[in-house]
Amino acid sequence: MAHEHQDSQTRKSFYHYFFSTDHKVIGLLYIVTALVFLLCGFMLMLVMRWQLAFPGSPIPFLGRILSPSLAPNGVMTPDFYNALGAMHGTIMVFLGIVPLGVGGFGNYVLPLQIGAEDMAFPRLNLASYWFFLLGGLLMLSSFILPGGAAQSGWTSYPPLSIINPGQTVWLVAMVMLITSSLLGAINFLVTSFNLRAQGMKLSRLPIFVWAQIVTAFLLLLAFPPLEAASVLQLMDRIAHTSFYLPQGLVILGMRHIASGGGQPLLWQHLFWFLAHPEVYVLLLPAMGIVSEIIANNTRKPIHGYNVIVGSMIAIGILAFVVWAHHMFISGMSAVLSDFFLVTTMIISVPSVAILTSFVFSLRGGSIRFTTPMLFALAFLPMFGIGGLTGLPLGLTVTDIYLHDTYYIIGHFHYIVVPGSLLALMGGVYYWFPKWFGRKMDDTLGKWHFWTSLICMNGVFFPMFIQGLAGQDRRYYDPMAALHSVPTQPLHVVSSAFAGLLFLAQLPFIYNFFHSISHGEKADDNPWQATTLDWACPSPPPHGNFTKPIRVYHGPYEYSPAGHKTDWLPQNEEVLA
Amino acid sequence: MKQYGWGLPLSASSYAGSIDFGIYLIHAVMILIFVIWGIFFTYLLIKYRKKTGVSAQRDEGHGVVKSLIPDIIVMVFEIVLIAVYAIPVWSKIKIDTPPSGKANMVAIEAQQWSWNIHYPGPDGKFGKTDPKYVHFSNPIGLDYKDPAAKDDIVIANELHLPVGKPTIIELTSMDVIHSLFIPEFRLKQDAVPGMKIPVWVTPTKIGTFEISCAQLCGMAHSFMRGRVIVQSQADYDAWLKSEAPKSAAASVPASEAF
Repeated sequence: MAHEHQDSQTRKSFYHYFFSTDHKVIGLLYIVTALVFLLCGFMLMLVMRWQLAFPGSPIPFLGRILSPSLAPNGVMTPDFYNALGAMHGTIMVFLGIVPLGVGGFGNYVLPLQIGAEDMAFPRLNLASYWFFLLGGLLMLSSFILPGGAAQSGWTSYPPLSIINPGQTVWLVAMVMLITSSLLGAINFLVTSFNLRAQGMKLSRLPIFVWAQIVTAFLLLLAFPPLEAASVLQLMDRIAHTSFYLPQGLVILGMRHIASGGGQPLLWQHLFWFLAHPEVYVLLLPAMGIVSEIIANNTRKPIHGYNVIVGSMIAIGILAFVVWAHHMFISGMSAVLSDFFLVTTMIISVPSVAILTSFVFSLRGGSIRFTTPMLFALAFLPMFGIGGLTGLPLGLTVTDIYLHDTYYIIGHFHYIVVPGSLLALMGGVYYWFPKWFGRKMDDTLGKWHFWTSLICMNGVFFPMFIQGLAGQDRRYYDPMAALHSVPTQPLHVVSSAFAGLLFLAQLPFIYNFFHSISHGEKADDNPWQATTLDWACPSPPPHGNFTKPIRVYHGPYEYSPAGHKTDWLPQNEEVLA
Repeated sequence: MKQYGWGLPLSASSYAGSIDFGIYLIHAVMILIFVIWGIFFTYLLIKYRKKTGVSAQRDEGHGVVKSLIPDIIVMVFEIVLIAVYAIPVWSKIKIDTPPSGKANMVAIEAQQWSWNIHYPGPDGKFGKTDPKYVHFSNPIGLDYKDPAAKDDIVIANELHLPVGKPTIIELTSMDVIHSLFIPEFRLKQDAVPGMKIPVWVTPTKIGTFEISCAQLCGMAHSFMRGRVIVQSQADYDAWLKSEAPKSAAASVPASEAF
């Protein structure tokens, strides 16, 4: 038996990594794959940022390599710019943040935190990863396929998306990615509700698990409409149906062959029915990670556990009735806008409640400023800026002016990048010792944190000023519109910080891979944490727990009165 | 006041002021909230940093209700903002279009990548259009067999408006979705193929303003620009007269416009 165990440990082949049904291997695959995709999406943006800072000048280095059809004389074409923009958005959302937060952290941490041996459906889990990987590779490969990459924005509004090249591959890849998410969501729900260890009542679940449960519900209920919508769009492209095309289209002076009868706004409704809940899919896992890190590093229970969990559930429900605030000026009934205005303002209430609870969790704590804690703390003000700037966009009247300007780009990037992504990176530092039995380097981690935080603000804050000046988004040439000319220097600032942000990630990449084999050795519970993910060996063996698990307490029993240490693990019984 | 700068552009329509009021008010509140919050956050981080010999103080669930007070304040602010500001002003701008009898009428048919501005001419009626008549010299496909079309004026990328009088713009698109954005008017509305969407504006200042496209519409999206020329009623009438006779056939072909 021991021999067999050792044997499987030493022969870690390609097959072992890519076809394992162990949730931990799949989770790590998700994490590494998503980080690589994030880097790809970021590099696409760096190329775009060159054009935005210095419109019409040749791209350094890359300009010489790119084919003349994309960048004649090294200057990118508008179509290539649009392709980069569409792919940047798609990659960051569907291939980066969501797979990292849900597929990655969810897969690795959720079964451990509820005391399960594995996911409920390990093979489905593997299938979910493979759909994601193949969908992602297909999406990326569209750059070299005939027709090139999609260039109609990540939102893919028809009729543009139906007449533009490259969209077919985008749609096929999206169907694969959606399938992957659906398989994952079912698995997460069944696992969370059925495989909890003895004594792990719902009220004892760590907030991270609650966040994953709400996220899984969102994915499960919001993605099917988009899957159907994508298939309809695909039919409009390849079978000449016209679900989204009205009668009498004239494209560049030529009458379009579509028979008509469709409605372009139908796509927008179906798309945003997914894509708004998707925002919370990007956000909730990050909030879950922040809860874990804050409780652990303040050494006290999280303030308002019920408020946070209740708010997450409320967000999960309300997320389905706010989608059309993306459509205030789309031509949708102006009366309908009032409804979505009200629901949008209501959903800010639970969001503020979560943020307030996190802040009050600091009060009375004994705050350790560890690297993961820095990331979790930075999430609070950054998410604050992202949330506050959502206010003038969610308000119908002010949205008239700010809609589709750089203001909205600044807003959602604050939510997703210095918000979600920082928290997710904090999660990497926090759980790294669990994954590999070694810690990441603390000094490099702190450098990574401060440089990233400063650069992210340097990239995104100028966008608010540009947005207020009225600069339209998705412009190949930002100087084409007179009202954008005065704020052009801010594009140079953003681009410079984007370049620095790239450099700031190098210590992280080095730290990650170097620490896998050379990091300081960590024991099973290096952060002195209470949740079950720290009650198993680091890294956990197949089956996770070496002893039977029984849960006696809530998730954050830090500094309990009369206990010998300042943490009381969930599985430790206190004998009166 | 400078037309364009680092802040909001010049405001030049009857409702621009009420949109600006909201933008300024919300930003003032946002900054106030963020500063107060930031001070409190920093105070907590300094006061409760780890000190040797001091352990964390659990609150045992006390004060949870009290900690919801900031949330309640935000909620009340939002309710007031919706009831007193957002819904009434939104109704004024987007729902209560002035009666078409009293307003100046213009139609805009957007296409990749220009704005076809369609004036009804002296008869005040728009001629019928049909895609089958679309031609290099007839960009919107006016049906000249229709008597109402005979005096129509179609010009690319140049929107003339009289000052101080409401104008209703019937907005549509011939191909993909565009968005009519006139920063000085704080006017933005998507132009959707298959839909005729009325938007209205009362210009308050004479001058030349900018039209840009706010919705990704393909290759030349950023170059899809036009001009708004706001004139006194007399100048506007004179201009209409000078364009009147056969200007439809002689209008700038859209494909050369940008």
